[in-house]
Amino acid sequence: MTIDTQGPVTTTHGQERAEDASVVGRMANYLDERTSLSGAVKFLGRKIFPDHWSFMLGEVALYSFVVILLSGTFLTFFFQASMSEVQYDGSYIPMKGVEMSAALQSTLNISFDVRGGLLIRQVHYWAALLFVASIGLHMLRVFFTGAFRKPRELNWVVGFLLFVMAMAEGFTGYSLPDDLLSGNGLRIIDGMVKGLPVVGTWISYLLFGGEFPGTDIVGRLYTLHILLLPAIVVALIGIHMVLLIINKHTQFAGPGRTNDNVVGVPIMPVFAAKAGGFFFIVFGVLMLVAATVTINPIWNYGPYDPSPVSAGTQPDWYIGFADGALRLVPPGWEFLIGPYTVSMNIIVPVLALLVLLGAVAAYPFFEAWVTGDRREHHIADRPRNAPTRTAIGAAGLTFYAALWAAASSDIVATHFRLSIESVIHLCQALLIAGPFVAFFVTKRVCLALQKKDREIALHGFESGRIVRLPGGEYIEVHQPLSEYERWRLVSYEDYQPIMLRPDRRGRITAGMRARARVSNWFFEDRISPVSRPELEASQHH
Amino acid sequence: MVIASPRRRRPRSTRTGRRSTLASAALLLIGLLATGGAYAAFTGAAAADSSASASIRGANITDGQKLFAANCATCHGMALQGSKAGPTLIGVGAASVDFQVGTGRMPLAANSPQGEKKPRQFTDAQVKNLAAYVASVSPGPGIPAGKYLTGNGNVAKGAELFRINCAMCHNVAGAGGALTQGKYAPSLKGSTAAHIYEAMVTGPQNMPVFNDQNISPEDKANVISYLQYLDNNASPGGLDLGNLGPVSEGLFVWIFALGSIVGITVWLTAKSN
Ligand code: HEC
Ligand code: HEC
Ligand code: HEM
Repeated sequence: MTIDTQGPVTTTHGQERAEDASVVGRMANYLDERTSLSGAVKFLGRKIFPDHWSFMLGEVALYSFVVILLSGTFLTFFFQASMSEVQYDGSYIPMKGVEMSAALQSTLNISFDVRGGLLIRQVHYWAALLFVASIGLHMLRVFFTGAFRKPRELNWVVGFLLFVMAMAEGFTGYSLPDDLLSGNGLRIIDGMVKGLPVVGTWISYLLFGGEFPGTDIVGRLYTLHILLLPAIVVALIGIHMVLLIINKHTQFAGPGRTNDNVVGVPIMPVFAAKAGGFFFIVFGVLMLVAATVTINPIWNYGPYDPSPVSAGTQPDWYIGFADGALRLVPPGWEFLIGPYTVSMNIIVPVLALLVLLGAVAAYPFFEAWVTGDRREHHIADRPRNAPTRTAIGAAGLTFYAALWAAASSDIVATHFRLSIESVIHLCQALLIAGPFVAFFVTKRVCLALQKKDREIALHGFESGRIVRLPGGEYIEVHQPLSEYERWRLVSYEDYQPIMLRPDRRGRITAGMRARARVSNWFFEDRISPVSRPELEASQHH
Repeated sequence: MVIASPRRRRPRSTRTGRRSTLASAALLLIGLLATGGAYAAFTGAAAADSSASASIRGANITDGQKLFAANCATCHGMALQGSKAGPTLIGVGAASVDFQVGTGRMPLAANSPQGEKKPRQFTDAQVKNLAAYVASVSPGPGIPAGKYLTGNGNVAKGAELFRINCAMCHNVAGAGGALTQGKYAPSLKGSTAAHIYEAMVTGPQNMPVFNDQNISPEDKANVISYLQYLDNNASPGGLDLGNLGPVSEGLFVWIFALGSIVGITVWLTAKSN
């Protein structure tokens, strides 16, 4: 364990380099004399990274992205982003002689006729799913620990952009093979775009180079998928990491862990070694899955043709919430104004999704506004110690989950022997009522947990040992906490509702009023941490 | 991902939000069915006879009649005329009986949204006898000739036909799918060649009829060959997760891939402390 204080610290790292006569040493020296890299290495090598399992989720995202880049490069050697018609003549029998686009044929060839091609295709696809899943979990970790607070709001925004870009990467990839599934996916997007008022049809024609599906879209998506979007993602990941280094990583409260230091292992060599090992673990898990489990069997879906739609046609999981939003719209939301169709059944879900995403992006700024807190925060919250935030998170998650579940309504129906209508109605109920229930329950649970922590901090653990005192009285012996354990329980931020006070010019603006109201809602129920006098009082009896 | 597609053809009315379009589509469909039905009535008998080869040879019609009276007549009537509990069987033919009884759907069990495949109650011979009896009262599509059931047809052609005609209900890999009101198109895994053929010619319950004008007997044989190809060949990519598509893939990645990686992170950080 090393402690990285923010003040100047001397280090002995790398001083023996110059005398090092080994080949590696000389090579390093050669490089260093020309690039002064060692400064950077020293600086980065001394960075501290705290260990908690949830702090590794970002790494999982990073490593799956590396796997995506490697496997994707392989795929580009063989994929043809062209929609020209060909007759399949590869080795998969149930496709022999079928008319299809060159894109699908080349994907089938990668699967059946390129050595190792199917494995790499499956690694690429599974890694993509894992990438977005780990981003999602990483984001939840950052949210529920309050790691987005000052000075990390910007990094939250960068991360959010990464999340959106990852979804875009995934969707463009899903559409490339030009099979039935990807074509149906594009058809939905086309439908959504066309449902937008006034500009919809124009945008659709622009996107597809004419009437859907046209012959341009695969080539265009390909450029996005392998050039533009990855470049943006790489750049954003770079910024994300630089900001991480500048801001340092958060840590959970603990003895010796304060707002002004970072306790953990230095990146060099321990963390780097671990991280390298961890990369191979992620890679290994992905390889194992890809070698044993089919993903996106395009050989079943066949070429895209606008007429057939397969049962069980779904987007990848991370687009599911958008598909679900469309499925949950009750019938009859489409009407005519004069000669124009107004597709509220599309406009409303699209707006709902934008609002949801906007809320995610803006949350750190909202919370900063509510608390009025301008301080820097380097200690990660335990979720229970920020009950309202945790409850908001749970509500948002429930909303998302309802949309997500709705996207698989047909599969839920067949597998749980329900009718599809009742599944949809269930999801609708969950979408509307679920967030409120989740908010309420989560907040109560958080407060109860805080209360329990308080009890434990003051009176120790219940040991279950009953002792009879000389006077005949029975008491249960409580086992006192160690200082270390107590520290974890008592150190957290205690916010209070903002008082409505006139500003310097003696005015109370509407904004101030709103803020006081929201702040009151945020912090009216709270359990304050155990204070020193309380603690001393409890220890004296 | 089907709902927003304006060209959706699946009968999931509540999800489309387009009652009016659906209503007109339904009208159109009724019209088509009416004309198509009339057409089939004229040409169908001949077609049926051609496939109603002598394959119920050796069947015992009197035994069939007894079985029918004991097991089926309460719902379908002594003279096949039907009742409140079951439709008339006049003109359904041997194919329909062989399919319904052979897959265990008939005699119908407790009222579920649709008659379901279940362990059948009769022996092969008894099924044939029942079929022969029903066909003897009034002819209809017969039990298919063996030459269509070999599974040696053109798999690629069959796959294409299957995607166009069947996948919207049964899923591209025949994994099954949901219909409205709790009904569903079942998985076709393990369906026998004869039952597949008979399902196409008789259109059980919510399934449309694919007569020989829609899909020729040779093409039916191709469809059968494709389904048998799927049954006999494991997915080239490994486990197929039930061929349910992206939903099962998403669940898999969350539960197994990310799940195991999170497990490893917990273990790694626990060790280091
Ligand atoms: C409990 C009542 C019941 C019994 C008993 C029963 N059926 Fe049925 N049967 C039905 C109903 C209801 C349907 C219509 C199913 C549907 O379309 O949903 C039907 C449909 C059929 C059909 C399909 C008709 C068509 O239009 O193609 C056949 C053939 C059939 N039954 C044969 C039999 C035979 C043979 C038996 C005896 C072994 C039998 N059923 C016993 C209720 C019954
Ligand atoms: C409109 C939806 C729909 C379409 C299209 C459709 N089916 Fe079906 N299919 C059904 C339903 C519903 C059932 C279940 C009927 C029952 O339980 O009586 C069924 C049952 C079957 C069965 C019986 C499965 C068993 O349990 O053994 C077979 C075989 C079958 N279909 C094949 C096909 C083929 C081949 C095609 C295309 C040529 C096709 N179906 C097209 C809805 C459909
Ligand atoms: C391509 C996707 C992403 C990658 C590769 C990535 C990578 C990382 C890594 C490796 C870390 C440090 C380790 C950790 O805390 O887990 C980190 C921290 C962080 N990430 Fe991400 N991340 C991604 C997406 C996101 C998203 C979607 C958000 C939120 C919207 C986000 C917000 C943050 C924040 C605020 C931190 C600092 C956390 C702290 O200091 O406690 N990131 N990221």
